[in-house]
Amino acid sequence: MDSIFTVSIFQSALELGCIYALVALALFISFTILNIADLTTDGCFTLGCAVGAMFTAAGHPLLALVMALVTGALAGFLTALLQTKFGVESILAGIIVNTGLYTINLMVMGFSSLVNLFGCDTVFSLGKDLLGDTFIGGWYKVAMVAAIVIIIALALWWFLGTTLGMSIRATGDNAEMVKSSSINPTFTITVGLCLANSLTGLSGALIAQYQKSADINIGTGMVTIALASLIIGQTLIGNKGSMSRRIFGTILGSVLYRFIVAIALRMSVPAEALKLVSAIIVAVAIATPYVRKKVALKKRQYANYQRNRQEVKKNA
Amino acid sequence: MLRLDNISKTFNPGTVNEKAALTKLSLELKDGDFATIVGSNGAGKSTMFNAIAGTFIVDEGNIYLDDEDITFKKEHVRSRYIGHLFQDPLKGTAPNMTIEENMALAYLRASRASSKLFSRISAKDKDRFRQQLQLLGMGLEDRMKQPVGLLSGGQRQALTLLMATFVTPKLLLLDEHTAALDPATAEKVLELTKSIVAERGITCLMVTHNMHQALEVGNRTLMMNAGRIVFDTQGEERAKLTVQDLLEKFRAGAGEELDNDRVLLS
Ligand SMILES: Nc1ncnc2c1ncn2[C@@H]1O[C@H](COP(=O)(O)OP(=O)(O)OP(=O)(O)O)[C@@H](O)[C@H]1O
Ligand SMILES: [Mg+2]
Repeated sequence: MDSIFTVSIFQSALELGCIYALVALALFISFTILNIADLTTDGCFTLGCAVGAMFTAAGHPLLALVMALVTGALAGFLTALLQTKFGVESILAGIIVNTGLYTINLMVMGFSSLVNLFGCDTVFSLGKDLLGDTFIGGWYKVAMVAAIVIIIALALWWFLGTTLGMSIRATGDNAEMVKSSSINPTFTITVGLCLANSLTGLSGALIAQYQKSADINIGTGMVTIALASLIIGQTLIGNKGSMSRRIFGTILGSVLYRFIVAIALRMSVPAEALKLVSAIIVAVAIATPYVRKKVALKKRQYANYQRNRQEVKKNA
Repeated sequence: MLRLDNISKTFNPGTVNEKAALTKLSLELKDGDFATIVGSNGAGKSTMFNAIAGTFIVDEGNIYLDDEDITFKKEHVRSRYIGHLFQDPLKGTAPNMTIEENMALAYLRASRASSKLFSRISAKDKDRFRQQLQLLGMGLEDRMKQPVGLLSGGQRQALTLLMATFVTPKLLLLDEHTAALDPATAEKVLELTKSIVAERGITCLMVTHNMHQALEVGNRTLMMNAGRIVFDTQGEERAKLTVQDLLEKFRAGAGEELDNDRVLLS
């Protein structure tokens, strides 16, 4: 155990797990609750990262988080607008916005594909000044990101129990019923996607400050990674059950995913291979229940075939 | 109350699958009318309901509710005052949400204030839901925290009926809403329907394939064929009508394309 896990690896897995948990929660809202495959995620994450980096570089690390949240929500709004008002298929709407965001992100970063934040104040450097000398010590980053995730998880749990939150859940659960309950699905889808992407944007800005850099390609594959986290959580906790359980499961999934990655890196799997690994996790996790059913059916078919053959033999 | 003025709807116009489902249909309902509707499969009964509920906008004609022209109103707007139940009990409720959450959504129709957007289900709401559920006599009041997906079809349909009438609608559309239930449950849901409609004086349209029901329930019977209303009876004329008479009209109207499987005599 000790050889695989050092304290610092444990810490950074926790930190990254909590930060990326926001993207997993975003997918929980769009994919699980609204039943929409929202492919804005990749570009939106980079957008949050870029916006966050620029504001941080300008000396406003807190405003950076707020702006990332707001611009993320805007990206979600665009995707929602395309699918609800202009009849674009939801997956396509996400792809279109995602593609457009690449250029926007470059523009935000001043047409440079990398922005460095070395020497800039970040929420983490501020946190270190504040918490570094207390009993929390070296765990200040863990404490900060955990606090952020817990606050957001609580707020999300509260929100999903409000009338508006319930309307959003019903939209994904039974769209027809929603219309006949006088809820406007255009409105609920828009609010849901704005909310989801604001979390993705916030996560991007936190990563920018955490890594002290923003990279134009940082969001690539983010949707798959978040989906992998979501599915790991669902496999452990189940995707039924109360909202609080499911939200907790999503966060747990994200943290576990980071532990898996940390172990993989430790066992010298090259970092470039990680996206392949997460793709495989998602594919296997989604395919497993289906394949299991198929295999069970084939088994019964085969047993039936054997029985019939034996009967034919007996009769002969 | 409700007035359909020469409404038409053609599906897939200009293709080989073109189908004129409603052809210049007109109908007027008075306040408190409870009309049953019969008609062969494909006569356009569900299509008429969908036109009224706003699932699609009619190609031609106008729809008025309480003298307000609602022809171009969206479905979710119309649903504030129109309740719509389907044959399929799965359609009216959100399966992964609990009974009380489903009821809270239905209750939304009462409160349009946007201040309600961020309120959660209160203890008072729960009391109100429990009282309503007790009326069903199905023990659902003790299962309010369970997802609706766990209920049987009959229980779900009864719940849907409750939800549709929770906030009294101006108009209630019942599209064979007991057809998928076993006879005993169907009877129970129908009794419930009759008592709720009578108690609150809700104007109501009910599609049925049961000729006996068509004459017994409500105060008016309509027959549809080929996208229009071909027979409309109420009062004394209706009281004298027998199931046999109605069947004959049905045969004449449907031009022998009567589908015996779905016409129940009793
Ligand atoms: N969405 C649709 N697209 C194409 N055709 C449709 C659609 N909905 C209904 N139709 C057609 O319109 C006609 C009327 O259908 P409708 O469902 O209103 O019949 P109905 O009277 O309710 O019959 P049933 O007793 O079987 O429920 C049918 O020929 C049907 O095929
Ligand atoms: Mg029908």
